[in-house]
Amino acid sequence: MSSKTQNNKAWWLVAPVFIMVAFNALVPLMTVVNYSVQETFGDNVFTWAGVHWFQDVLHSERFHSALLRQLLFSGIVLAIEIPLGLGVALTMPRKGPWVSVCLVLMSLPLLIPWNVVGSMWNIMALPDIGLLAKVINGLGIDYNYTRQPVAAWFTIVLMDVWHWTSLVALLCYAGLVSIPDAYYQAAKVDGAKTWAVFRFIQLPKLKHVLTIAVLLRFMDSFMIYTEVSVLTGGGPGSATTFLSIDLVKIALGQFDLGPAAAMSLIYFMIILFLSWLFYTLMMKNEDA
Amino acid sequence: MAKISIENLRHSYLPFPNPDRDEDYVLKKLSIDWADGGAYALLGPSGCGKTTLLNLISGLLVPTEGKILFDARDVSRASPEQRNIAQVFQFPVIYDTMTVYDNLAFPLRNRGVAESVIDPRVKEIAGMLDLTSTLQKRASGLTADGKQKISLGRGLVRSDVAAIMFDEPLTVIDPHLKWQLRSKLKELHQRTRRTMIYVTHDQTEALTFADQVVVMNNGEIVQIGTPIELFEKPKHTFVGHFIGSPGMNVLPCEVKGGKASFAGQTIASENAANFKGQSQKLEIGVRPEFVSFAKTGIPADVVKVADAGRFRIVETRAAGSSIKLLLPEDQVVPTGKVNLAFDKAHTQIYADGWII
Amino acid sequence: MSLELQNIVKRVGADTHIYETSLKLEPRSFNVLLGTTLAGKTTLMQLIAGIQKPTSGKIFFKGRDVTGAAVQKRNVSMVYQQFINYPNFNVYDNIASPLRVAGMEAVEIERRVGKAAELLRLGPMLKRKPSELSGGQQQRTAIARALVKDSDIILLDEPLANLDYKLREELRDELPKLFADRDAIVVYATTEPNEALLFGGNTATMHEGHITQFGPTSSTYRKPHDLLTAQVFSEPPMNTAKVEKRGNQLTIFGNQKWPIGQAGSKLPDGNYMIGVRPYNVSPNKDGKALGSFDAEVLVTEISGSESVIHTRIDNSTWISQSHGIHALPLGSQAKLYVDIDQAMFFDANNRLVS
Repeated sequence: MSSKTQNNKAWWLVAPVFIMVAFNALVPLMTVVNYSVQETFGDNVFTWAGVHWFQDVLHSERFHSALLRQLLFSGIVLAIEIPLGLGVALTMPRKGPWVSVCLVLMSLPLLIPWNVVGSMWNIMALPDIGLLAKVINGLGIDYNYTRQPVAAWFTIVLMDVWHWTSLVALLCYAGLVSIPDAYYQAAKVDGAKTWAVFRFIQLPKLKHVLTIAVLLRFMDSFMIYTEVSVLTGGGPGSATTFLSIDLVKIALGQFDLGPAAAMSLIYFMIILFLSWLFYTLMMKNEDA
Repeated sequence: MAKISIENLRHSYLPFPNPDRDEDYVLKKLSIDWADGGAYALLGPSGCGKTTLLNLISGLLVPTEGKILFDARDVSRASPEQRNIAQVFQFPVIYDTMTVYDNLAFPLRNRGVAESVIDPRVKEIAGMLDLTSTLQKRASGLTADGKQKISLGRGLVRSDVAAIMFDEPLTVIDPHLKWQLRSKLKELHQRTRRTMIYVTHDQTEALTFADQVVVMNNGEIVQIGTPIELFEKPKHTFVGHFIGSPGMNVLPCEVKGGKASFAGQTIASENAANFKGQSQKLEIGVRPEFVSFAKTGIPADVVKVADAGRFRIVETRAAGSSIKLLLPEDQVVPTGKVNLAFDKAHTQIYADGWII
Repeated sequence: MSLELQNIVKRVGADTHIYETSLKLEPRSFNVLLGTTLAGKTTLMQLIAGIQKPTSGKIFFKGRDVTGAAVQKRNVSMVYQQFINYPNFNVYDNIASPLRVAGMEAVEIERRVGKAAELLRLGPMLKRKPSELSGGQQQRTAIARALVKDSDIILLDEPLANLDYKLREELRDELPKLFADRDAIVVYATTEPNEALLFGGNTATMHEGHITQFGPTSSTYRKPHDLLTAQVFSEPPMNTAKVEKRGNQLTIFGNQKWPIGQAGSKLPDGNYMIGVRPYNVSPNKDGKALGSFDAEVLVTEISGSESVIHTRIDNSTWISQSHGIHALPLGSQAKLYVDIDQAMFFDANNRLVS
């Protein structure tokens, strides 16, 4: 019978958090809402614009292609990182001295600041001096991410996989070690092969962890900005101009605050909707 | 189906145990013979090594020394799959995503058995376990006792199983369902005549389930016997105490010229005449069931009376020792000073803990 | 210093965990809550402790309304089924922790911890960490922590459930002694009827969020008000069947005729439900007013001194628990005798009538 402890005075302890959230989430958000329905030419002079900006953004070719790129990127990244992370977690040792070595190695990429990651890969992949570029060109493949869209995409995806697969792996690992030994023993006794153990014990028991991994990776990859901005700046051309990059270009590059605000809100709603969709789909068939 | 023999089995969890240090071993040189088709129990307190022994038999552990034979085949180092052992664990282990039907069919499917063979087999086992109406339900939705039945069913469904092992399977089951599930186990044993080995710390479960009980303590076998033997003639005071609720009364005594005495009174016993040695710790063992109030006998004071429904547990003190006795529900309990008598046929003398 | 629950109801969402319940616990009493898992025992305890708040109703302690009072203000101690101790404290510090929180003097703490440790035979283990203790010792430490402060209410939620059978027997014997000279109300939850019986005191039988009966343990056991209470308070489960009473005769299992016996002799003729405890059914012919029936043996369980025979009769299961060894083979027919003087009769509303 699960029931939570009740103590009404505890609400006061939450008050500072409410105030914090109000200042760093609600107030900025409402400012954006304010901008998205008005026209301004600076000097705090506003005129009502209604849903004009929203219509503009939704009908803009530029927005559509940025959104498409963004979806494609998240799709590719999820399709690689989730199975790869799970695979890595399955091969990690459960006991012994190697556990801590593995854990430290796995967490290294997570400790590096995002803009540093961008710079690192920038240097690695530079056509004239980068190690990565040298190796690939050495294999006889023409590779230059500053000019070729495919090469740019390849580099960004590779960078993201390098940066974030260990997060998925660590989450899955935590899930795997929490499965009681009796399950593995029962499977042995029932004569289950490795695949059956994975399919009927490990995968079902990892469901919650995987849901969290997918959600985190989706949200993060859908909002990716820093690394891409440092590495390609959205280029070549607009090949890697994702929603986030486009948004900054409009807002800070062109100072179109109204459209930028409308776009931000639409962007926000898309993330909210897609996260909800993932969650509901993955938690479907869940027993009460 | 197989006869199971354990020969000089010794086990240590240390990587390099010292063969001369007994305390390095959780199991100390065990030998047991179990006939095909029997119901056996391993009974002992936590840490006595019973679960280790179970895991050695099922192949989840490899013994440090000694052999395990199924019929004449040495399986000491064989995998659980090669041994054809089924096991029911303390906490229900089921495959959550599968239906009850698929759970029961799983061990057969893993072994490549044809669906046409699986189907009638699964239905037969489900019938025996009263699971027929839930076959198409998801296994994760069942109650704890239903899940334990599935675990058991996965063992029964295979016709080639050498033995089914139970590791305290009723731990998470409520008392009123324990009665049902326990009698179901016993019934299934009598119907299928599979070799079943049941590990528990609960004497009631061990005695009611098994034809033969192995009582263990500190990695050693103290006594192997039928429930009746263990109850009526415990070989060691530990068995006397561990089996029976409350356990056997154990009182210090003296034996001279083949007669035992306690608190200055001569106590008639079954085996005092056999005593030949000297300077050992001598004790009288008599179960509460075989102590009664009498006109003459050992003087005692009634200390406490506990109502256990169909009988009462009366605690008395005599010459600094506590003596308990059981009285039927309808019998009047005397108070204050009383006299106690022991049933001679069930009064035994123990030297250094062991029966003489 | 009594504790009184007045018309307590606890609902969580659409589920009712406790239906309207009133209960008065006397000072210095030992009270057992008996019922199956999910009967509402834990919820009731948490309501008493103040960990949960009732949806409606009031709780009075020493005549003062404490319904809204926080756990910290109620001076309760609690022991759980899981052995809950501070893992990085040794036994001494674990036991001392509630006293330190209360800001007690070091000398007094030492005296009290010493006393509690002695009562629970933890003296030699005071310097050990919980991970170095056996299950029984860990639970003793938890109980010592509950004892050490002068709690007004001590709540024990199936504290022995995770222990070995023999350890359970030992602690079951010790517990009432520990609480005997304390000025506290003790509430003890268990799923086991035999445990409730051995503790004595008072018992409240619970079933699906209702308290079916509350009173001295012995009378709840011997004079249950209704069938449900009798069933909750019976191990092995009580045997029941429909009977028809005509004059001095009972008709049971369709066509069997039994004498009426003392219990039902004063009842008007009519249809009743009969309840017979398994130890009043035996393969031995003894006793006075006897009814008998032939049944198919499902299984016989023999412990050292008794036999439990499970039989099937008229599509229901009847269990016999008797002295001696009766090894009846599976599927055979057995004749069983029933001591009708000890039977209970329930009317159409399942109320005890005799």
